Amino acid sequence: MNLPLHAQIINLCAALLLLLAFAMLTQRRIRSLINLFSAQGLVLVISTLTVAYATHQTHLYYSALLTLVLKVMLLPWIMHRLIRKLNVRWDVESVLNIPATLLIGIVLVIFAFNLAAPISQFSDTIAKSTLGIATACIFLAFLMMITRRKAISQVIGFLAMENGLFFAATSATYGMPMVVELGIALDVLVGTLIFGVFFFHIREKFESLDIHHLEKLKER
Amino acid sequence: MMMDVSLPQPVETVVTLAVVWIGLGVAGLAFVRAPRFITHFIFPCGALVALLLAITGLGAIGAPPSVAILPAGLPDLPFHVRVDALSGFFLMLLGGVAFGTSLFSTGYFRGMAPAALALLSLQYHVFLASMTVVLIADDAYLFMVAWEAMALASYFLVTTEHHEEQNRKAGFIYLVVAHIGALGILLCFGVLQGGRGDYTFDALRQAGLGDNWASLAFLLAFLGFGAKAGMLPLHVWLPEAHPAAPSPVSALMSGVMLKTAIYGLVRVVYDLIGNIRWEWGLLVLLVGSATALFGILFALAENDLKRLLAYSSVENIGIVLTGIGLSMVFIGSGQPVAGALGLIAALYHALNHAVYKGLLFLGAGAILKSTTLWNLNQMGGLIRYMPKTAVVFLVGVLAISALPPLNGFVSEWLTFQVSLQASQLSSSVVRSLVPIAAALLALTGALTGMCFVKVYGIAFLGQPRLSLAEAPREAGGWELAGMVWLTIGCVLLGIFPVFVIGELNAVCLSLIGSGLSAEALASGWLWLVPTAGTQASYSPLIFLLAIMVVFGVTFLGVRRLYRGRLRRAAPWDCGFPEQTLRMQDSADAFGQPIRQIFAPLYRIRRQVPRPDDAAPVFRQTVEDWHWYVLYRPIARLTTYLSDQVGKLQQGRISVYLLYSFVTLIALLVFVK
Amino acid sequence: MNVASGIVFQILQSVLVLLIAPLMVGWVNQCRAWLQNKSGPGIWQPYKVLNKLFHKDAVLAHNASPLFWATPYILFGSMWLAGGIVPVLATSLPFAPAADVIALVGLFAFARVFIALAGMDVGTSFGTLGARREMMIGFLAEPAMLMTLFTASLISQSTSLVTIVETLGHGDLVIYPSMAFAAAGFVMVLLAENGRIPIDNPSTHLELTMIHEAMILEYSARHLALVEWAASLKLTAYVTIGIAIFVPWGIAQAGDWAGIPVALAALALKLTIAGAGLALLEALSAKMRIFRAPEFLGTAFMLATLGMLVHFLLET
Repeated sequence: MNLPLHAQIINLCAALLLLLAFAMLTQRRIRSLINLFSAQGLVLVISTLTVAYATHQTHLYYSALLTLVLKVMLLPWIMHRLIRKLNVRWDVESVLNIPATLLIGIVLVIFAFNLAAPISQFSDTIAKSTLGIATACIFLAFLMMITRRKAISQVIGFLAMENGLFFAATSATYGMPMVVELGIALDVLVGTLIFGVFFFHIREKFESLDIHHLEKLKER
Repeated sequence: MMMDVSLPQPVETVVTLAVVWIGLGVAGLAFVRAPRFITHFIFPCGALVALLLAITGLGAIGAPPSVAILPAGLPDLPFHVRVDALSGFFLMLLGGVAFGTSLFSTGYFRGMAPAALALLSLQYHVFLASMTVVLIADDAYLFMVAWEAMALASYFLVTTEHHEEQNRKAGFIYLVVAHIGALGILLCFGVLQGGRGDYTFDALRQAGLGDNWASLAFLLAFLGFGAKAGMLPLHVWLPEAHPAAPSPVSALMSGVMLKTAIYGLVRVVYDLIGNIRWEWGLLVLLVGSATALFGILFALAENDLKRLLAYSSVENIGIVLTGIGLSMVFIGSGQPVAGALGLIAALYHALNHAVYKGLLFLGAGAILKSTTLWNLNQMGGLIRYMPKTAVVFLVGVLAISALPPLNGFVSEWLTFQVSLQASQLSSSVVRSLVPIAAALLALTGALTGMCFVKVYGIAFLGQPRLSLAEAPREAGGWELAGMVWLTIGCVLLGIFPVFVIGELNAVCLSLIGSGLSAEALASGWLWLVPTAGTQASYSPLIFLLAIMVVFGVTFLGVRRLYRGRLRRAAPWDCGFPEQTLRMQDSADAFGQPIRQIFAPLYRIRRQVPRPDDAAPVFRQTVEDWHWYVLYRPIARLTTYLSDQVGKLQQGRISVYLLYSFVTLIALLVFVK
Repeated sequence: MNVASGIVFQILQSVLVLLIAPLMVGWVNQCRAWLQNKSGPGIWQPYKVLNKLFHKDAVLAHNASPLFWATPYILFGSMWLAGGIVPVLATSLPFAPAADVIALVGLFAFARVFIALAGMDVGTSFGTLGARREMMIGFLAEPAMLMTLFTASLISQSTSLVTIVETLGHGDLVIYPSMAFAAAGFVMVLLAENGRIPIDNPSTHLELTMIHEAMILEYSARHLALVEWAASLKLTAYVTIGIAIFVPWGIAQAGDWAGIPVALAALALKLTIAGAGLALLEALSAKMRIFRAPEFLGTAFMLATLGMLVHFLLET
């Protein structure tokens, strides 16, 4: 195997993203979860810069900058502020125990790789095998949303899912058009803000952020 | 024409030896009144026969196949027998282990009631003979006859102590599962012969089945032999039946009988069906991995020594199946060299397991005889009463825990090497499943270590947990001889693996037409090299020597430099003043972390005392959920169906006549 | 390669490992003390402790069996042997082909089984408690370790540590993403196997939390000295395995005597950094409840397995 260096770096970034996704699955503390999320953002920045440099696509520099500002700085800052205000520091026991979650995670990874394998064969981009990892990251973030009980960790899961999508977009297809990217960035930002407002309302109503309480909100 | 004065053909020798075994058994029946004759003469003779069989088997591995047609059986349906490399290997395994168990039995069965002893001797030797015939049968008919004889002989051995209800129940379960398995095998042969009515193995080999029929035959064989081997979820009979039998018989059942099922699987899949597909291999691989993991987890939760060993046999069969599965995956994907390595690993592990599990069961028998204890929770400190047994048992424990430089390690090492060849596979699904199988194997191996630290630490070390009326005595000379024989086997198989690999390579060559790479074979007797020297190598002898040198240097160095004295005192234990024997871990306590970590896999019932109980009792039972999920519903359905059928039984003659009449009419209408 | 020079080299390396092992522990402890704003006992303290222990009278329990007093020698011998297998300075080790990484893990398991058995030998409550916990940690750490090593084996197509080092250290510079997983898993295993925080605390004798210390409670004087020395050898062996697999640059090639000074300097540098890093990790984390340990190690196991998967899916 002798890929060019930038492809190797992108592969490494892909592996790190996956590693961070797994780390998020195992993490109980919300504060560390947010830090992991911003680390994921940082890896995204590096991989985007690498793609930009290798393929000479200037618009990718902008999107790297956008990612840096939004995902590495702004969103983590908002969330850190949020948990300080809401005074939640620990996630309660997750629905499944951690090794079981990881086991499901591994099954999902195998599934994602096999899902992506036929698509990657037609791809001629520099790092075609990363598509599987991006898919796996999306699945894992989904899994994290399913297995967590606190609303905040679900939001982080949602954002991590967007990370996976973004990575797929940059590394496998050299990025989306700038307009779409800006739109998504705005969406994520606004979404987080709205979630923040929601948290306060949920807590006012139930005096807890445990989404377990939302189960009451059904007919009968 | 020259007179043929050379040695008889292996097949003739083997048949003769089997007949001698039966003869010895019958002779025992004739000497009912002389129990000393049975123990002092018949069992040692049986041992001698076993040794001869092992030698014949070893000789047959390198020799061309020898065939014969026996002048027995039904008219027009003679018995075909054949000894080839594969049979030779398993005959060697059978003979080698049976030599140890027969020596052990010579001492172990002394003092039994004469009538029971004569019967036991008959069943024991018929059991050995029938296993021999299973290994040399060359037509489906003889194979099934011997297979059933083996099942029946072992059934009677399991129910030797039939006055205990538990043993009768164990025997019944065993018989039921054995027959489900036999049915599978019978149907498999039926599919294989493809409607031509010729049941010799030669004819079956040339059947040339279509893909679907071949797959069906494989599935049936896997089910049938898997049931006998103790594969998940058909393993439930094993922990019931093996402990119920007398210990030397348990050793034979776990050590050899399970291997006949492995033999059958290899014979049918590799030899008779041929054309292996990787999908089959994947199935075997997955079932094998699951079996291994479940087996050892249940062994860890067990506190009855022999049941624990039986569950550990389930685990080891799982490891053998993992090896076979890997081999089939590789062969099916067009990598016969890696496939041969997998088969070698599996067969090597089968041999190793036969030796060390035989040893451990004999050790359990020695403990049972000298202390009458079977529950680990009541043992303790036996190393001080039975030091020689303790040493050989320790070797068995180290071997089964797959620790270098003993034999268990070699076969696990080979299995790992096979799984590391996964990069050769083309399908990405398979390629990602093989590492997971390797991971499970690693987990299983490490759990085995924990399990047998528990066994040895609880039974032999520490202080006695129960004060016995009389102090346990060391095992007798014959018993020790049997155990020492198997101990030597553990050590030699561990130190000189290359010789075994050479023999196994011959088996592979004759079976799948390909063996190890030339570079692997050219590496000399000192180095075990599976593929190429730069890829992996292991030299147990140098390893052992290095351990001994380092140990010696340390020992002498400390002796020379150290000036202080050594004195004996009461244990310190952090200075706690109150120390009772009950404060040691029990076997249950030792398994507690496992029960907690893997709680969903067990069915645990606990009775926890309340804080205000005057006489607090903690009780807990751990059960196999397979009973409740799988077997209970089937049993209930069977009972229900038979109840329904039972309604037909009215008791009035005229009703029965009516049934006959209706049947007759129906047949006439149908056949018309 | 000249066989005689190889043997000289093998002995040289074995002695070196034996001598620097206590220093490694001293360095880690000193770093930890600094991080905790203490002055610390100095990096030579482990040698002083060993010297003290070797001068004391030994005490054995009344009912201790031969296995009990033989275990320290077995333990020490196994760990020393492990130090001789790992290519610490150069890959020219004549003994290396006798044992690959699987045998190395087997050797660690061998030592673990014996120390656990010795813990159960006297039959005290703490000894058995320690043995049980040690085996619980071990059964998860051992497969995780194997999987970590397998990831490296798959890349270099070999389970021999020498070949692994030559492929990874002396071949072209290639980034292997799967190694990121393996490294994460390896560090977790290293912490657990050597009884460091967050699994165990080497400096505690608090009854309810100890693991390794509970097993060796009954040892004294020369036996204890051997056990302690073996523990430091084990730590050194693990760190050097980590170095050999993840940062092999600087290890001299076979027969290259000129590369030895460079290799020595590189080794000193890497061990210093590794020790400081270990101390930092310990200072940053808190000890876990004993039943969080399986989760921790289960994660390590999964990560290592994932590393193998990533290798198959990303690098072939």
